[in-house]
Amino acid sequence: MSRVTPSLTQAAFALLKRDLGLSLTRSGGPLLAIGFYLTLMAMIPLSLGPDQAVLSRIAAGLTWLCLALSSLLSLERLFERDYEDAMFDVLRLGPLPLGLIALLKCLSQWLGTGVILSLLTPVVMIILGAPVDMSLMALTSALLGSLSFALIGGMGAALSLGTRKGGVLMALLVLPFYVPPVIFGAGLMQAMQTQSSPWQALAFLGAYALFALALTPVAMGAALRSALN
Amino acid sequence: MINWLANPERFSSVARPVRPWLGAVAAALLVWGLALSFLSPEDYQQGDTVRIMYIHVPAAWMAMAVYGIMGVASFFGLIFRHALADAAAKAIAPIGAVFTALALLTGSLWGKPMWGTWWQWDGRMTSVLVLFLFYIGYIALHASIEDEQRAAKSTAILALVGLINLPVIKFSVEWWNSLHQGASIFVKGGPTIEASMRWPLYVMGLAYLFLMLWLFLIRLDSEILNRKYRALRARLALN
Repeated sequence: MSRVTPSLTQAAFALLKRDLGLSLTRSGGPLLAIGFYLTLMAMIPLSLGPDQAVLSRIAAGLTWLCLALSSLLSLERLFERDYEDAMFDVLRLGPLPLGLIALLKCLSQWLGTGVILSLLTPVVMIILGAPVDMSLMALTSALLGSLSFALIGGMGAALSLGTRKGGVLMALLVLPFYVPPVIFGAGLMQAMQTQSSPWQALAFLGAYALFALALTPVAMGAALRSALN
Repeated sequence: MINWLANPERFSSVARPVRPWLGAVAAALLVWGLALSFLSPEDYQQGDTVRIMYIHVPAAWMAMAVYGIMGVASFFGLIFRHALADAAAKAIAPIGAVFTALALLTGSLWGKPMWGTWWQWDGRMTSVLVLFLFYIGYIALHASIEDEQRAAKSTAILALVGLINLPVIKFSVEWWNSLHQGASIFVKGGPTIEASMRWPLYVMGLAYLFLMLWLFLIRLDSEILNRKYRALRARLALN
């Protein structure tokens, strides 16, 4: 039987398609993260009281906190399923290096949950009393932030792969790295509310996402390699 | 030299006789440094509370230095697969965590009388708190991976990625508005702190350094012994 070797881009798109399909359909897909996100947001006015003045002041920060926590949810299973049924060994036979495989999985995770949560972010902020004209900036920053969350989270998932306490351990490893996007994201929203320029914070958010994009595939590749051998 | 010492067996035989001397020097320096700290003049603004500096600042130095050592050891363990480097990174992590906790605690005790608050979310304090969380995450990750070699590899990756926090801590007082003062020791053109306060600080810094090295060698040696014990047991189980 002749074996056709796909080109790098073909293989990458095939994997992205497969993983995106899986992340959208399996076990409820993004519904779980969306439900968690909205429930968390609904708890805020219920726990702090529905005072509009208080809520609108803290809406931005709390939204970012909830976004970070919701991004953690499905990460635990990001590599685990393919690790358990030895799919990784099959994937490694293909042309894609391990770091790139991990990166594509993180991207599909981002497209499957992060982007959807980001689309919800302006809505949620408006419900909490943030001004409507912040929506576009909220969406942009949430997109950049959730990309960082997915990549850093992927690194945590790769590092804690095969350990028994996966979930809690991963949160412990990953949340300190979530601090900068949360600071810059919430800072950006605060800057907009006080009429000062949000561009510096947005640049930092973008820089962090790019930085994660460059660094985490290397780290994930190394971590996966040590887990698989 | 490094390659020669990288053999755990040889390292132990060299380090063991040195160890008590390190401990003795650390103790002597601590006594001297504490005496100097109490003999040094009061600050014209801060009064007596300035003396907290002599235990706070060196602790913060060690918190960062230990993470630096951990990063270097992780690098050598990951790239060159030195077993000793893996053991060193694992052994030093809890020491760093304790120094970081000490820096945070004494800082908090100093902050209350001086700034009127136990805690302020400025760049310096936040980044040192993150450093503490990194140490905790490192220790937790190491503890939860059964296979020693895999644990060493995974934690080394984590430690290397976490190195990014060190420059953030160092420059946090320049990048963000902070209650912390700017750098006054390691600055271009020499330190800007008064000599009568500088010297106690130097001596205490050295004392902390020797204390750290002493504890490090003890922990590293017991880690090496522990590995040897486990290897022996594994061999016995096979027979």
